[in-house]
Amino acid sequence: MADVTLTVDDKKITAPAGTLLIEACKSVGIEIPSFCYYPGLSLQGACRMCVVKIEKMPKLQTACTTVVTEGMIVATDNDEVRQARKAMVEMLLGNHPLDCPVCDAGGECELQDMAFSYGASESKFIEAKNHKEEQQWSPVVYFDRPRCILCYRCVRVCGEGMDVWALGVQNRGVSSIIAPNEKDHLECEECGMCIDICPVGALTSGAYRYKTRPWEMNHVGTICTHCGDGCKTTLGVRRCDTGMEIVRGDNRDKSGINNDFLCIKGRYAFDFAHHKERLTQPLIRKNGKLTPATWEEAFELIGKRFREIRDEVRDHDGGSAIGVIGSNRTTNEENYLLSKFARVVLKTNNVDHHRTADFPALAAALHGKPGKTASMREVLNAPAILLLGNDPTNQHPLLAWQIRTNVRLRRAKLYVINSAPIKLRRQAAGFGMVPAGAEAKAVAFLAGDDSLLDSLLDSKASDSMTRDAWIGLRDKIRAEQNMVIAFGSELRGHDIEKLVSFASTLTGAKLICLGDYANSRGASEMGLYPDLLPGYEPIASADKFQKEWGNLPAEKGLSLPEMVEAAKAGKLKALYAVGSNPVGRLGIDPFVFSKSFVVVQDMFLTETATIADVVLPAANAYEKTGTYTNTCGDLQLVKKAGEVTNTKPDFEMMVRIADAMGSDVSGLVPFGSGTHSDMGQTRGAQSGEADSHAVWLEAHNLEPKMTPFDPMAILDEIQRVVAGYHVSRVNLLAGNDQHLEIAESGASAIQNPELIVPANDDLFSSGTLGRYSKTLNSVFENKSADAEVAAD
Amino acid sequence: MKFSDEFEARFTEMLTHYPTRRSALVPTLLYAQDEVGSLSDEVIEELARRLDLTELEVRNVISYYSMLTTKPRGKYNVQVCTNIACMLRGGEELLDHCKKKLGVGHKGTTQDGLFSLEEVECIGACSWAPAVQVNYDFHENLTKEKMDQVLDEYKKKLNH
Repeated sequence: MADVTLTVDDKKITAPAGTLLIEACKSVGIEIPSFCYYPGLSLQGACRMCVVKIEKMPKLQTACTTVVTEGMIVATDNDEVRQARKAMVEMLLGNHPLDCPVCDAGGECELQDMAFSYGASESKFIEAKNHKEEQQWSPVVYFDRPRCILCYRCVRVCGEGMDVWALGVQNRGVSSIIAPNEKDHLECEECGMCIDICPVGALTSGAYRYKTRPWEMNHVGTICTHCGDGCKTTLGVRRCDTGMEIVRGDNRDKSGINNDFLCIKGRYAFDFAHHKERLTQPLIRKNGKLTPATWEEAFELIGKRFREIRDEVRDHDGGSAIGVIGSNRTTNEENYLLSKFARVVLKTNNVDHHRTADFPALAAALHGKPGKTASMREVLNAPAILLLGNDPTNQHPLLAWQIRTNVRLRRAKLYVINSAPIKLRRQAAGFGMVPAGAEAKAVAFLAGDDSLLDSLLDSKASDSMTRDAWIGLRDKIRAEQNMVIAFGSELRGHDIEKLVSFASTLTGAKLICLGDYANSRGASEMGLYPDLLPGYEPIASADKFQKEWGNLPAEKGLSLPEMVEAAKAGKLKALYAVGSNPVGRLGIDPFVFSKSFVVVQDMFLTETATIADVVLPAANAYEKTGTYTNTCGDLQLVKKAGEVTNTKPDFEMMVRIADAMGSDVSGLVPFGSGTHSDMGQTRGAQSGEADSHAVWLEAHNLEPKMTPFDPMAILDEIQRVVAGYHVSRVNLLAGNDQHLEIAESGASAIQNPELIVPANDDLFSSGTLGRYSKTLNSVFENKSADAEVAAD
Repeated sequence: MKFSDEFEARFTEMLTHYPTRRSALVPTLLYAQDEVGSLSDEVIEELARRLDLTELEVRNVISYYSMLTTKPRGKYNVQVCTNIACMLRGGEELLDHCKKKLGVGHKGTTQDGLFSLEEVECIGACSWAPAVQVNYDFHENLTKEKMDQVLDEYKKKLNH
């Protein structure tokens, strides 16, 4: 739109026609205060804080609802305006409890800031204040009614933003109150958006309330460790007896791909880190019982046994008897190192992980088609989105938020093809419901195979679409330009190939493959496969890695089910599970490994750890530094925030094991050369003086600058060797997300699609990790209790 | 739940008046209240479903309007005006008299379920103050004695 010129506080400013005055002012650095105005939500005009004087208008106007016009002359800070704002603050404080010293929002409160700015220090209101007891609306949401200033931000973000509509306003005038949908409690997605958006301390969270003061925490922006969307979460940490405790999660800096959004997991489910069952000592099986041991003892034992098994078997039949299982939640650096460690040190290609999506198939299908994957940010701006399978509201909450926001604010067209009436159908311009498992047929139909149309019609579904409706939907989808196509694990192998070839017939279509867990994509791209090396490089053509890593085993290794078979046959002598719980998650009979030497690195005594011979207590993703690649292929920096004494990052443990096996560690981690150096990232530079480890090292003048435990050294190698990862390091360290080009692996990389097992997590579960989150469990129990009541 | 045919006819017609379904909410609530006596959970659920709203949204609207109620009222809702004109002509005394006579306070209901009492804002009968509205009927130029007669008549009405 054309620009208009106006004068604000004697300054000429220009803004596109249609811009709100408050935004136009903000763009030139003039701040207009407001409570109810929130970018991206509908206008409310309730708080009257943003009033400004506009010439030729008789009364003060609200800048949040006024659109700029040519020649407008505005005063944002004259005596009249200041007086009006002061009066508003005074009125709001009239019934405000002023319990700031104990309020969670104290120090971060917008009302406090306003009172500070406009100095309504004197209260003319002398009557007794209306008091109401605090109410608990759900395990995570508490409401303190007298603190509420009725800005309605929570109501709007819950309804418009989340499409949950669980909050409303009841009564009117001075007796207006925010009310939950179930009379005295909330039935909702528990995302906590209402709490984060509350300008005061009216809505507080069960996880954080009355725990600490905001200024007592250090804040570290890192990436959430739950689903594959890669939201940035800012963790507030505080020193405690056992290291650094994470007290709060939010997204106040809003610099991440998630902007305003976080779901319950990113906001509250960090509490697994301080679960009482957390392992903080290495365990070694002695006389059939896992017994606490020292790190040295553990590394020595593992080193000795791994070396024996490797050498013994190699001397006999040349094959390998060691299996390695990687994690979907460890960093790229750890996954890469594990991949390398297995091949170079353990001399085996028996490497696998819990596969939740067919990323290699996408890489293979996109061979020779650069620029065909979409980033998470692109979903927010794409003119059209096609969603095939999956239920993003539950499994990819950020993706669902991006889609909803795009539809709401930019009128994007959403097309949903699913076997269930998922919630996003409410935003869809077209919803095609197919029988379970028919997603791939729908793709073939979209591509032009009319013979499959009958199999899409669901005779059992009452709202099944007619043939004509399907053809109409197809026509609409085919006509879309620059569409983002997101598909779930319903599509695998050759189906992805078909989807890609259909997408190539559309103008500008880009793809997103949806996998579960925080770093599934990273695990996949770092080569945790028996037949693929980092960058989906097939074992068969490993020249690049031969040069980089030295001699590699040439034969394709065993996949996870094959390892299980080998173990049954007594041929798998050792199993090394790093941050994964195959026994628990994939339903493997634990007795299968009774004859193998099992080493598990994990935070908890998982089903897999209970059968181990050695268990090493691992640090989680909130306690170390590295990078994650989200399901779209956006690379982001993971920063150390918390710390639990006597746990170690998986990275360090792998290096120590290699060292104990007598390997040359400098060949494994190229430290002490190249462009890297530990600038504090591994410890979390922002943890500052409260980082006990750093304080100790510094005090003894031992602060390591270049060590074999420095994941940045491996990042150097990843960026050099793995296709697609050569992005700006500066941007990465600055905390920006960068979209990666998916490595072109060639057509040989079709995996076994039957090995993909979706996690099927919902909003309140998160694989093995979810079990150790008090918050997720409390919500879960609360929900199931409700369900029972409803069944009565 | 089931409403009368008359309600259904009105509801169907109402929907044609507005561009969106939700706009029919306020008049529909009033009709439902007249028919059922109050806006019970059952009514709220039904109307939310019909108008494609959440129950919360329906409750928000009900709580906004003082003439809508979720609690059952007496058969005759005695609404005594105490705004300026009625106040000057004895509206407040009239209210006190009703309170004594019926034995209930503001928004109270007699035990036999016959009368509810409510102090209301201006009902637009200032020229004939003090005025009282019982359900949809007006009673004007009232005195304590006249008020007694009015209430007695309603009592009698029920006995016939």
